[in-house]
Amino acid sequence: MRTIVLRGGSHMTAADKGQAKRNRKGQAGVKKKILNIMITVLLGFPAAVMVFPVLFAFSGVFMSGYELKQYLGPVLAGAEGMARWPLVPHIPTLSPLVELLIDSPQFFVMFWNSVKLTLSILAGQLLVGVPAAWGLARFSFPGRKLLYTLYLVLMLMPFQVLMLPQYIVLERLSLLDTHAGIILPAVFSTFPVFIMYRFFHGIPEAILEAARIDGAGNLRIFLMIGIPLGSAGIVSAMILGFLEYWNMIEQPMTYLKTRAQWPLSLFLPEIGLDEAGTGFTAAVMMLIPALLVFLGGQDYLEQGIAAAAVKE
Amino acid sequence: MRKKKTRKKQDWAGLLFILPSLAGVAVFTLIPFADVIRRSFTAAVTGMWVGFTNYRTVFANTAFRLAASNTLRFTLVCLPLLIAVSLALAVLLQNLIFGKNLLKSICLMPMAVPAASVVLVWKVLFHRHGLINALLEKAGLGQIGWMETGCAFAVLVVSYLWKNLGYDMILWLAGLAGIPTEIYEAARVDGAGDWKCFLLITLPNLKSSLYTITVLSFLNSFKVFREAWLVAGDYPHQSMYLLQHLYSNWFRDLAFDKIAAAAVTTAGIVFVLIMLLQRMWEQE
Repeated sequence: MRTIVLRGGSHMTAADKGQAKRNRKGQAGVKKKILNIMITVLLGFPAAVMVFPVLFAFSGVFMSGYELKQYLGPVLAGAEGMARWPLVPHIPTLSPLVELLIDSPQFFVMFWNSVKLTLSILAGQLLVGVPAAWGLARFSFPGRKLLYTLYLVLMLMPFQVLMLPQYIVLERLSLLDTHAGIILPAVFSTFPVFIMYRFFHGIPEAILEAARIDGAGNLRIFLMIGIPLGSAGIVSAMILGFLEYWNMIEQPMTYLKTRAQWPLSLFLPEIGLDEAGTGFTAAVMMLIPALLVFLGGQDYLEQGIAAAAVKE
Repeated sequence: MRKKKTRKKQDWAGLLFILPSLAGVAVFTLIPFADVIRRSFTAAVTGMWVGFTNYRTVFANTAFRLAASNTLRFTLVCLPLLIAVSLALAVLLQNLIFGKNLLKSICLMPMAVPAASVVLVWKVLFHRHGLINALLEKAGLGQIGWMETGCAFAVLVVSYLWKNLGYDMILWLAGLAGIPTEIYEAARVDGAGDWKCFLLITLPNLKSSLYTITVLSFLNSFKVFREAWLVAGDYPHQSMYLLQHLYSNWFRDLAFDKIAAAAVTTAGIVFVLIMLLQRMWEQE
């Protein structure tokens, strides 16, 4: 009896006080945790909306033409009522996929065009851009600051500004309507240089100094130290580049007239709603490489994006 | 002293590393751009010097005025929206215990999705008898002509937000990670709550990120043309007719004098923005 009164009153022992404090803290912790989980659940809704378009495209691949017509009839053929879309097909089928792979040789040509353009551009950027980034990041010659600013400005110029200048050169070099005409200007894009610059810049000078004392020349230092230590930046730039050029629309639209030269990104919009089955399948075929690169390189991608945000 | 000497010795070697890149940049961008500046002051056919006539023609052009005002409206609506929403997402996501990485991946994924891959989805969603209208109808709200009315502008805004939210969120997260945790701990000891911490510590510390993010988002906003063009073609509803449409249509009509003047003007605006950005960076 007496002890209870004491506990309820102000005569708490030090140990009791500690216990109470821990309890309160524990309670607050639980509350915080619940709030935290609630935020996760709440964010789940917008997240679901964001993935929906991708799930949509994927589910379309496994739908037969008949089912597609049923669901999308009001959109495709002006049928009565409204469109519906169950994310899981009633009777899953691979027939649209087979149709696309067997019956449309065009698809293969354009898929290959996309691959060729993207990989050539990235290879060129590696060859030209990596040394340029190294040169900008690790040497201090007169005019370096000016060059840096020039590269930054060019990186941020929208295509609409460069459209006419590039057209003029391509016409002079008679590269219009050729793949080289798309590849070459992109190889000299300053964007990857800027990203890699940021990573090369972060390599401690002491390491390079040590190599120099050991008698390593500039080229050797670049190849043996710069490239390995800056590899995260190189990978980041390549991943950002892949996503950009795989999705390239403006340049081929402006400079390529011959259909056989087109990349997938120009071919897809030509598939009308009446061939929705083929359309979804082709769209997903284009989506898969990009998603794989994204999933495989997400960490590098994030680093590459963040590289632009950190000030010089 | 010694260090300075060794550095100086290697000075010009740096230029050798840059030379191939610089040569390409000069050939494909710098020299032709200088030519475009010249052309912007000459007539397209005769090549005669005409002073500012091309610029005057461009600014007086009704299509240009429509496109410029749409582009400006798009920027003024989208930028604050994107920046605020992505900041909110980043702050909420930063301290999550569960699902942080999954949510981050989901937000970032649209960046990887080629615009051409979702054209069909966009068309089915925003068609008059499409899925969004089907939902609205069920809710008793009636149909909206998404692509045929001023709502086309909203479609454009949604596309831009969908594509760029994750990108901006990563930029914000990078900014947030740069704020030392000690400041928060000190504030907590002084009894500051979550909201107070956000207003008095987080926001002021993100000022320099804000500027970078604004400029990068503005420049990414030019790429919304892809979605717009894919969904609605060369001549979309007039509420989503952007400068990018106009330039590419002028290009098809070979109106090089007009494009030259317009490109130089756009380049000038972008240039001024970037210089301001650099000034900001240097002041830090």
